[in-house]
Amino acid sequence: MSLRNNRAVLLAAAASVLLVAGLALALFWAPEDADQGFSQRIFYIHVPVALTAYACFAWGAWKALRLLWTREPHYDLESYTAVHMGVIFGVLTLVTGSVWAKISWGVWWTWSERQLTLFLVLFLFYCAYFMLRFSVEQGPRRANLSAVYALFGVALIPVSFLAIRLGERFIHPVVFRRDGPALSGSMLFVFCVCLAAMLALFASLYTNELTGKRLDARLRELREALE
Amino acid sequence: MTTSEKYVTGAYLVVLAVILAYVVLYTLKLARLEREVAELTELARRRQAA
Amino acid sequence: MTYFADVAALARKDILLELRSRDTLPAMLLFVLSALVVFHFSLPSDASETASTGLLWIALLFTALLGLARAFAAERDQRVLDGLVLAPCDRSAIWLAKSLGVLAFLGLAEAVALPAYALFFQPVGWELVAAIVLADLGLAAVGTLLAAMAAASRARELLLPLLFLPLVIPVVVGGVGATVVDDPGRYLGFLALYDAIFAILSWASFEYVVAE
Repeated sequence: MSLRNNRAVLLAAAASVLLVAGLALALFWAPEDADQGFSQRIFYIHVPVALTAYACFAWGAWKALRLLWTREPHYDLESYTAVHMGVIFGVLTLVTGSVWAKISWGVWWTWSERQLTLFLVLFLFYCAYFMLRFSVEQGPRRANLSAVYALFGVALIPVSFLAIRLGERFIHPVVFRRDGPALSGSMLFVFCVCLAAMLALFASLYTNELTGKRLDARLRELREALE
Repeated sequence: MTTSEKYVTGAYLVVLAVILAYVVLYTLKLARLEREVAELTELARRRQAA
Repeated sequence: MTYFADVAALARKDILLELRSRDTLPAMLLFVLSALVVFHFSLPSDASETASTGLLWIALLFTALLGLARAFAAERDQRVLDGLVLAPCDRSAIWLAKSLGVLAFLGLAEAVALPAYALFFQPVGWELVAAIVLADLGLAAVGTLLAAMAAASRARELLLPLLFLPLVIPVVVGGVGATVVDDPGRYLGFLALYDAIFAILSWASFEYVVAE
């Protein structure tokens, strides 16, 4: 038990340090972009958040696979928590992406931004995940259904991305294009720090969420035993 | 600050706000858990006495 | 090859049941025709041909949803699903049989819908038919699995569209793309890829969906 606690504290400390360092670097130290100026700095928060969301869904799918493989019930909670965090990071991706679109092109939403469209589809998909979970009684059935659905989710990510790319030919004239940022060395460094920060944040929040949910379950058991 | 600088700052603040909201929700959850443990300890003590 | 014998037996059972009760297929046919008529009224006069193609695909999606919603209805109402699962056959055979049934109903509905579409809107080319065939495979594969999931839940008819629509967005892109673009090969290939990936995934994971 104490080992688990130590890891949680370490993760929280690491996340805090990395997050503060990353944000400070992004806002103050990183060189100003030649074309976009100060507004380019949103890149340091939008892309790490997006990548972390993908990491959440991948982690959730991995735990789901382990559940189906080994049938050990604790994987269900771990998978669910990861997907839950993924949706939160996903919403943040959509918000920061929307702000970036507003800065770059003056519109709050554009379909020509592939990442944004992909995240919208994934957001819909994983919201349905929660609807699924809420409409099934707790138990191995719900765990299995959630796990299978989470696996479909990660399969959907590349397929959807391909679909969006293919769709651009006939759905919308690609009005807005953003060239991939030519990252200088120091920009790349700041980006990596921010990415590490977001991943550490996910790890830390994930650990805490799991502990909290496990406590909930234990207390429920205790209550049933006593009443 | 230009408009786009305001938006960038806004985006950073949104992320910060979400993290802080999480902290608040977690604190509330911990308080609830503490209450439940206290209740259950009371129940257990009563059981033991009986 | 008892596996395929099981599949054939199960599929035949579903089709025979439908032929006797005749509730799902007529509903699907009527629905798709009504939808096409509604589309006529909802499209402004200067709407492009591409717009009506898009609407055809939407009509097909929702017709598929209609058929899928009924796919496990009989089993659920009579509580036969548990019996099926206990039967000494591979669980995935149930999935395959159901998918074939859904595919058959969808195909029949489209056999009516496409001539109607050609009549009401614009002629139907081979690319559209090829795209529809490929899309049907994916829709049936994924839809059957999701219908089984929804059947296990309390929300059922409410849940199935929510689960279904995000997953079939790529099918819509592939289908419409193949129809409107000059070189449909890439889109047809994409549809085939979707079918392969999700059919295998559905086949492999079906037993976890119906297991207790």
